[in-house]
Amino acid sequence: MLEVKNLHASINDKEILKGINLNIKPGEVHAIMGPNGSGKSTLSAVVAGKEEYEVTDGSVILNGEDLDDLAPEERAHKGIFLSFQYPVEIPGVTVTNFIKTAINESRKAKGLEELPAKDMLKLIREKADLLEIDRKFLSRSLNEGFSGGEKKRNEIFQMAMLEPKLAILDETDSGLDIDALKIVANGVNKLKSKDNAVIVITHYQRLLDYIVPDFVHVLHNGKIVKSGGKELAFELEEKGYDWLK
Amino acid sequence: MNKFTEDDLKKELETKEYEYGFYTDIEADKFPIGLNEEVVIAISKKKNEPEWMTEWRLDAFRIWKEMEEPDWANVNYEKPNFQDISYYSAPVQKPKLDSLDQVDPELLKTFEKLGISIDEQKRLSNVAVDIVVDSVSVATTFKKTLNEKGIIFMPISEAIQEHPELVKKYLGTIVPKTDNFYAALNSAVFSDGSFCYIPKGVTCPMELSTYFRINEGGTGQFERTLVIADEDSYVSYLEGCTAPARDENQLHAAVVELIALDDAEIKYSTVQNWFPGDAEGKGGVYNFVTKRGLCEKNSKISWTQVETGSAVTWKYPSCVLKGDNSVGEFYSIAVTNNFQQADTGTKMIHLGKNTKSTIISKGVSAGHSQNSYRGLVHIGPRAKNARNFSQCDSLLMGNLCGAHTFPYIEAKNKTAQIEHEATTSKIGEDQLFYCNQRGIDTEKAIALIVNGFSKEVLNKLPMEFAVEAQKLLEISLEGSVG
Repeated sequence: MLEVKNLHASINDKEILKGINLNIKPGEVHAIMGPNGSGKSTLSAVVAGKEEYEVTDGSVILNGEDLDDLAPEERAHKGIFLSFQYPVEIPGVTVTNFIKTAINESRKAKGLEELPAKDMLKLIREKADLLEIDRKFLSRSLNEGFSGGEKKRNEIFQMAMLEPKLAILDETDSGLDIDALKIVANGVNKLKSKDNAVIVITHYQRLLDYIVPDFVHVLHNGKIVKSGGKELAFELEEKGYDWLK
Repeated sequence: MNKFTEDDLKKELETKEYEYGFYTDIEADKFPIGLNEEVVIAISKKKNEPEWMTEWRLDAFRIWKEMEEPDWANVNYEKPNFQDISYYSAPVQKPKLDSLDQVDPELLKTFEKLGISIDEQKRLSNVAVDIVVDSVSVATTFKKTLNEKGIIFMPISEAIQEHPELVKKYLGTIVPKTDNFYAALNSAVFSDGSFCYIPKGVTCPMELSTYFRINEGGTGQFERTLVIADEDSYVSYLEGCTAPARDENQLHAAVVELIALDDAEIKYSTVQNWFPGDAEGKGGVYNFVTKRGLCEKNSKISWTQVETGSAVTWKYPSCVLKGDNSVGEFYSIAVTNNFQQADTGTKMIHLGKNTKSTIISKGVSAGHSQNSYRGLVHIGPRAKNARNFSQCDSLLMGNLCGAHTFPYIEAKNKTAQIEHEATTSKIGEDQLFYCNQRGIDTEKAIALIVNGFSKEVLNKLPMEFAVEAQKLLEISLEGSVG
């Protein structure tokens, strides 16, 4: 589904990614771990198409299509979803209005009509129930005054609504207590299927207790220095990252 | 309540316009340029005005001649040459186009985005019908329903003929001829506008609406609006403004006076979309407007404005809270893009006891534009327990525009409570990327963010207007991010 080939990317002429290779198939969960500053968030931003980053070499291919020339919104239309580490606030725009706009823009890009309000409402309720989200939450301004847990749950709610092919969860566990973590992980597990794939970016092993990866990759200094199965995460938990440098 | 929608109004206007036959016998009726006493007299004569009105105008003209154009506002523009303007222009039979194919495609695109129907598009682009109002008022519609309630809603030129006692009693009492340069000019040369009177105890059953439009090149537009809500009455009044794109600057200097007698309420909403000039700052309307309302005991005046147009805006809809317990409100969104300049805000003059005012001002600046909020809160010595809350928020896009806030507070009574909050924020790259990542392109994302920012004010607009206003915000910010 997603092929990352020899990806090099820099920001302000500073090279952050120095040749990343990844191959992700439908139905798989990949975890990317690594210390601070290793390039984890850069990788997710580059795959999502953030323009500040310049791809200097290599490519990102989604279902056979090179994404290089595509704007972030076009990548989103093709099924890439990024759950942000720090979701932004948009005052005055409700969660409902935001997701409605997002869904309809994606539909428009695919040549579909806007989803009728009735169906939209039904879908929103269905997904909110699935993720145990209070209805009142849906009429609040996007991320404004949200707790850490609410922000992350809102990200997963949007993921549920948009039904992406590839979801990248960037440090979704940061700032969550164990209960919030369980709810979010539980949500992700409910949304997993044989047709979509998930990349979980995290510092710690604890999220992987709940979202169990098929593969674990260790990122260090812009390169993947080790890949393995889920047991690699335990090893990292025990030994830290130093032994891999 | 039997609500008239904007669509209904437009339909009525379309079907009714010729009934009043304004254009038929006054083709190409435009005065030569220049202003002197003869011109003022000629305008008055043209309108068959009684002598007292002619004298009133002449008095205003003499006052105006002695005045100087104010320059304290935070705007820069070439001062209009007032002798280079034609002060009267009645609608002219335009060469009619045969079909929409002949209309400027850019204009059509805008119409489409505004969701204006084909009929309406034809109307606006002079294809089939011509409802244009330069200086002469178009038929005011649905008179019958209003008549039954005793409501008077007509062009002010007719009101001068038919209800001279009301006009005489109130005209110029809220905005006197001596008030300021543009108000004096307007008083001398105003050509038309609306007059509205709601009798005691009557709730006006529909939104009253007037469309203003400048069409003729090289003309000034000087409407005069007078709304009187008698004791214990209610009216909601809508005003929409558009002007076609022109290279030269056009002058618009209107005066609006509102009078809310004891226990009355007036809600006055404006969506102003005068031509803002092109992307290089060429052309556009100079909008120099004086709007003020007087509140008697327990009454309320609420101004809501969405300002997206005009090259230069100078406008401060105000409330004089004379009566005890009266309430003034001002809700404003001003959007400036390209080279637009806006200096707008309000004055809340608290004179009576327990008077309350609320000011919510939202400024959005993009391009090279400059957007200023200027507001005065005055608490007079008699105004015991007066309260004001002001909130001024500015949203900036890009690095070339400016947002300015000039709040003035004068409190002459110790019991006053005045609060002022202000914020300035920028549409961030992070916000845009977040929206993009969810499949929302940048243009749509900006519209979403701006609409969210403006929500408190948009919510104050009547439903139909709110939808139009949202679309206008979207259109006026198009291309504001590279």
